[in-house]
Amino acid sequence: MAFTFAAFCYMLALLLTAALIFFAIWHIIAFDELKTDYKNPIDQCNTLNPTVEKVKKIKRVKIALKLVLPEYLIHAFFCVMFLCAAEWLTLGLNMPLLAYHIWRYMSRPVMSGPGLYDPTTIMNADILAYCQKEGWCKLAFYLLAFFYYLYGMIYLVSS
Amino acid sequence: RAPSSPGHVPPCPANFVVLVEMGFHHASQNAGITGPAQNQMQVLSGYGLHHQNYIASSGHYSQGPGKMTSLPLDTQCGDYYSALYTVPTQNVTVNTVNQQPGAQQMYSRGPPASHIVGSTLGSFQGAASSASHLHTSASQPYSSFVNHYNSPAMYSANSSVASQGFPSTCGHYAVSTVSNAAYPSVSYPSLPAGDTYGQMFTSQSAPTIRPVKDNSFSGQNTAISHPLPLPHPPSQQHQQQQSLSGYNTLTWSAPGLPSTQDNLIRNHTGSLAVANNNPTITDSLSCPVMQNVQPPKSSPVVSTVLSGSSSTRTPPTANHPVEPVTSVTQPSELLQQKGMQYGEYVNNQASSAPTPLSSTSDDEEEEEEDEEAGVDSSSTTSSASPMPNSYDALEGGSYPDMLSSSASSPAPDPAPEPDPASAPAPVSAAAPVIPQPSKMAKPFGYGYPTLQPGYQNTTAPLTSGVQPSNPVYSGFQQYPQYPGVNQLSSSLGGLSLQSSPQPESLRPVNLTQERNILPMTPVWAPVPNLNADLKKLNCSPDSFRCTLTNIPQTQALLNKAKLPLGLLLHPFRDLTQLPVITSNTIVRCRSCRTYINPFVSFIDQRRWKCNLCYRVNDVPEEFMYNPLTRSYGEPHKRPEVQNSTVEFIASSDYMLRPPQPAVYLFVLDVSHNAVEAGYLTILCQSLLENLDKLPGDSRTRIGFMTFDSTIHFYNLQEGLSQPQMLIVSDIDDVFLPTPDSLLVNLYESKELIKDLLNALPNMFTNTRETHSALGPALQAAFKLMSPTGGRVSVFQTQLPSLGAGLLQSREDPNQRSSTKVVQHLGPATDFYKKLALDCSGQQTAVDLFLLSSQYSDLASLACMSKYSAGCIYYYPSFHYTHNPSQAEKLQKDLKRYLTRKIGFEAVMRIRCTKGLSMHTFHGNFFVRSTDLLSLANINPDAGFAVQLSIEESLTDTSLVCFQTALLYTSSKGERRIRVHTLCLPVVSSLADVYAGVDVQAAICLLANMAVDRSISSSLSDARDALVNAVVDSLSAYGSTLSNLQHSALMAPSSLKLFPLYVLALLKQKAFRTGTSTRLDDRVYAMCQIKSQPLVHLMRMIHPNLYRIDRLTDEGAIHVNDRVVPQPPLQKLSAEKLTREGAFLMDCGSVFYIWVGKGCDNNFIEDVLGYPNFASVPQKMTHLPELDTLSSERARSFITWLRDSRPLSPILHIVKDESPAKAEFFQHLIEDRTEAAFSYYEFLLHVQQQICK
Repeated sequence: MAFTFAAFCYMLALLLTAALIFFAIWHIIAFDELKTDYKNPIDQCNTLNPTVEKVKKIKRVKIALKLVLPEYLIHAFFCVMFLCAAEWLTLGLNMPLLAYHIWRYMSRPVMSGPGLYDPTTIMNADILAYCQKEGWCKLAFYLLAFFYYLYGMIYLVSS
Repeated sequence: RAPSSPGHVPPCPANFVVLVEMGFHHASQNAGITGPAQNQMQVLSGYGLHHQNYIASSGHYSQGPGKMTSLPLDTQCGDYYSALYTVPTQNVTVNTVNQQPGAQQMYSRGPPASHIVGSTLGSFQGAASSASHLHTSASQPYSSFVNHYNSPAMYSANSSVASQGFPSTCGHYAVSTVSNAAYPSVSYPSLPAGDTYGQMFTSQSAPTIRPVKDNSFSGQNTAISHPLPLPHPPSQQHQQQQSLSGYNTLTWSAPGLPSTQDNLIRNHTGSLAVANNNPTITDSLSCPVMQNVQPPKSSPVVSTVLSGSSSTRTPPTANHPVEPVTSVTQPSELLQQKGMQYGEYVNNQASSAPTPLSSTSDDEEEEEEDEEAGVDSSSTTSSASPMPNSYDALEGGSYPDMLSSSASSPAPDPAPEPDPASAPAPVSAAAPVIPQPSKMAKPFGYGYPTLQPGYQNTTAPLTSGVQPSNPVYSGFQQYPQYPGVNQLSSSLGGLSLQSSPQPESLRPVNLTQERNILPMTPVWAPVPNLNADLKKLNCSPDSFRCTLTNIPQTQALLNKAKLPLGLLLHPFRDLTQLPVITSNTIVRCRSCRTYINPFVSFIDQRRWKCNLCYRVNDVPEEFMYNPLTRSYGEPHKRPEVQNSTVEFIASSDYMLRPPQPAVYLFVLDVSHNAVEAGYLTILCQSLLENLDKLPGDSRTRIGFMTFDSTIHFYNLQEGLSQPQMLIVSDIDDVFLPTPDSLLVNLYESKELIKDLLNALPNMFTNTRETHSALGPALQAAFKLMSPTGGRVSVFQTQLPSLGAGLLQSREDPNQRSSTKVVQHLGPATDFYKKLALDCSGQQTAVDLFLLSSQYSDLASLACMSKYSAGCIYYYPSFHYTHNPSQAEKLQKDLKRYLTRKIGFEAVMRIRCTKGLSMHTFHGNFFVRSTDLLSLANINPDAGFAVQLSIEESLTDTSLVCFQTALLYTSSKGERRIRVHTLCLPVVSSLADVYAGVDVQAAICLLANMAVDRSISSSLSDARDALVNAVVDSLSAYGSTLSNLQHSALMAPSSLKLFPLYVLALLKQKAFRTGTSTRLDDRVYAMCQIKSQPLVHLMRMIHPNLYRIDRLTDEGAIHVNDRVVPQPPLQKLSAEKLTREGAFLMDCGSVFYIWVGKGCDNNFIEDVLGYPNFASVPQKMTHLPELDTLSSERARSFITWLRDSRPLSPILHIVKDESPAKAEFFQHLIEDRTEAAFSYYEFLLHVQQQICK
């Protein structure tokens, strides 16, 4: 009934998760573009000399890959919110992903700036496949989480 | 001058010459080679600024055979040479020969031979531009040398194998293997002297000839209709056959048979297939060639072959070329059919297609390479040319038309030179042949294409009654027009393979019982099990190799075999023969953009089917015309379709910007440490010597920067009285003081540059600056280079200690011999990687020369080269006086480095048949897309590896193809595309997969993977993975065997060296543990593994050991007047070392001569120049030039080995008791060390693992 802090957390998480879904989709598209680049016949005509369009695309991919850190921060942020709101179940559900994010960032390649992806190894088929799979899994997780937060919010507000 | 080191004076003049050759500049060539050459060269330059001129010139040539064209020829040769050539001294001499007929006499091989060769190749290749022909001619003589691409030789080998078909019987198999061995022998220096081997070679040589045959055939359409009018000189045939018989009949069985000797082939063709005179042409050519060849080649091997052959000789062959009755009838029928079809084709085309088209296409082919040159201009030139046959004439060069036209016999050259052993066979053949040619000689008639198939059929029966079926296949295949024929044939081949009894490569070997696993002769790449035609066309294994020459059908099968699947590439290798194609439209698949290649199938005259994506494409109008034969309507005869390695001159479609000039920037460390080491003197001296040989055109630019704690720029702008030094001390925010005048035109400012180079070594002698601001200097270099791109050569002598990119020492000396964890194999900072990526984006490559005495964190520094497609040289404990051998090495490396060919703003794309995909790339580059490598620079010494995975089942195809296309800007400012295409069969059974393993390629790929693993995971992981690779593959193989053999450690013959090589890898500097290894050494070894081409990498992993105190002339080969003995390989074990002997170990970049305590005093006196063992000094790096037989033999052998590689190795003479012998003994990898298994222990360990 009451619009509690927990309900507010859920609402916030709902919005942010929507953003994360968006990120995840972007992430998937970016890697798919990387991977299937050569299959695009139009591009291929000019493959040997990159065109302006290609450069633009590379930029787009780069931007997508830069969204990693914001994603991690957003996720960590509403984990903290749930912690404050004492929503243990929700927090518990998010902990594995949080832990994964931390592990992932700790084991990133040597880099001076923020970031996760090394342009020199990203084209390695294993890494590419891994990243793609990661994207899909996250998308699925965020989608489920989205509906869970929706449910949680409505439940809290209506109860 | 400091360079007092022995290296300074080239040990032999030959080397010197070679180097000169390598240089691109005309001037340099002139100086090095001969006066007349210079003149010619200059003329050339007058021709056009660009290299492309050659092509143009070639065009001229072709058009006007009548002209005396010493000029064009020279130019072409020179350019080509310089461009293509790497090293061998002999090559140089050859070149000179070509350039100047007068000079030729000096060489044993006489100029005519080379000419002939070239011409033949040209004809064979078809449309390849005349320039290319020339090249080939020049190059072929060299074929004997390792580096070169002896396409003809290769072909021959292939053809012989192919003819056999896949081994229908064991015997066949053996033959095939033999052929393999032989073929490598051609390219490689060290051939075994064994008689059998020699025979093998001869067989190979024969196949090389084949192309010639084809040519002749092509000429004769009419021939089919005609019965065999021409009488053969029986003697020739006899001889040929004899030789064959001496051989294995099997090898010869296929069309290749005749080929062993050119003569044979010609005879056959003439008699059998061809009613026409065309064959005669070839004969005429052959004659001169033969003669040339012969003299040098008399060798024991030859004699043996002859005798054997003569005895075996069968009368029937001589009389009737076609022995088997049935076969005879068949072929003739086939031929006729083909001929009919052809005729129809021709007619159709003629009617449909207007003649003018043909002319235009012709022009294009011949037209100048200059992009600016319009088509019109080219056309005009072409019109000017009076003679249709000009092409041939071109090839012939200054020689009379007859010779040139006859060029048909390329084969002779390759055969003799490549294999000393093979040489004999040609000789025998040659003598009889000679008479023929004179009779036969006629004008070149390119006439109509291809009766090849028919011809093949005919020939095949002759040689071998053994496999009648095979010849038929080949015949079919040759017609590209029939859709699917190739595939059909290949599949047939596959069938035969399966049905055949176990091939030699599948013979199970009990590893623990086989005491001498290492063959006495070098290991050659296996030849893919393709039919004869495809084999002949396939890419040289020197450029392109696959770990599995039989591609498994599915990933599941590959997983079952537990073998790595991947490619090893050496795409920019110095080639001796390369068809260069200039045409308006480069024919490519519209869907996957594959370049047209020999493995596409022509559905009809107008359409071709891509062999990678199977899309059906149209044949452009221009492609219908074949400039080589000047005939219309035979797209399958174009050089693109006749050669698996071609180079296109790209149009402006392939440019993002105008081709860049050659730009070189040298960034030199001048801190106290660097001055102390004294490298500046050597560098400046080398630069001064090679300034004119730097590859480039008139736009070449050069610049210098030095740095310690500040950065110094040098203003060399033309007009200054002396170089101006500009110092920038703000290393946190580097800027360019005068951006315009730091990179200056090499020719306009040459005096200033020379002044600077003379002054530089002494400018900093009293410096007290110990810091090194490498990072800022690189940033400045990047700024300087980014407008143009080019090459940055960085010389660094210590850890960078200032500004961006500074590094700390990470090595703990106590951990050097740790068996547990080796840390810090990865970079400490990503500064250098980011810089490299920036550079790569601006088409700048950074080459690193690290000359340091202490730890310099190569792991971090190497990133600057790794990702910008540069190269890395490391000289540990370099000091110009204290360590003269390193100084000498630097000097020689620099010579090669400065003068070798270079390509700018390059990209390389690797395509493969649908269903396969690239997994991981290894080498120095930036991966820009899943199949696209961005290479700011490409150099001829760079190798690449690619891991493949099978994504979709390949069940619906019997062949897979791989194509690499390297697009680059040559140093002359033209855009070129070098395309290699490799074709391999697909198999569905595990046994076939094992039968086709290329163990060397597999080891090199594994080494690359292990480097990745040790950086991303840990060294011990990588080592485990290596051992597991052996365990898994052998146990997988064991499970395919019957139970009886389960207890023993079995391996297929093709894999029998696998455990040995893996053990060698485990003991390699990069991966060894337990032995003290400096971190930088380890990292450098890893860098080398990643970037070396296969040949060099294999020597690094598994050195060759020879005993040299008893060199004899048995089995020796002849190279340029010199007799090069061929001692057998010894296994790398101390048990082979005897105190009474002296041994030479060839480790790729180092030679060791180990002298035993009890070594014969005669050897020490005659070869080392000292009276006895005790008086031999501890540090000795040269063999004295003594006038004794044994000294001559030893020196010629070492020189020959040296010439086979781009970087001249240094020689250490190690006395048995000297402390340096540890260096030598660490390479004896079959022996036990404190920290590692012996070979036998390793086998037991593997066996234990398998049984688990």
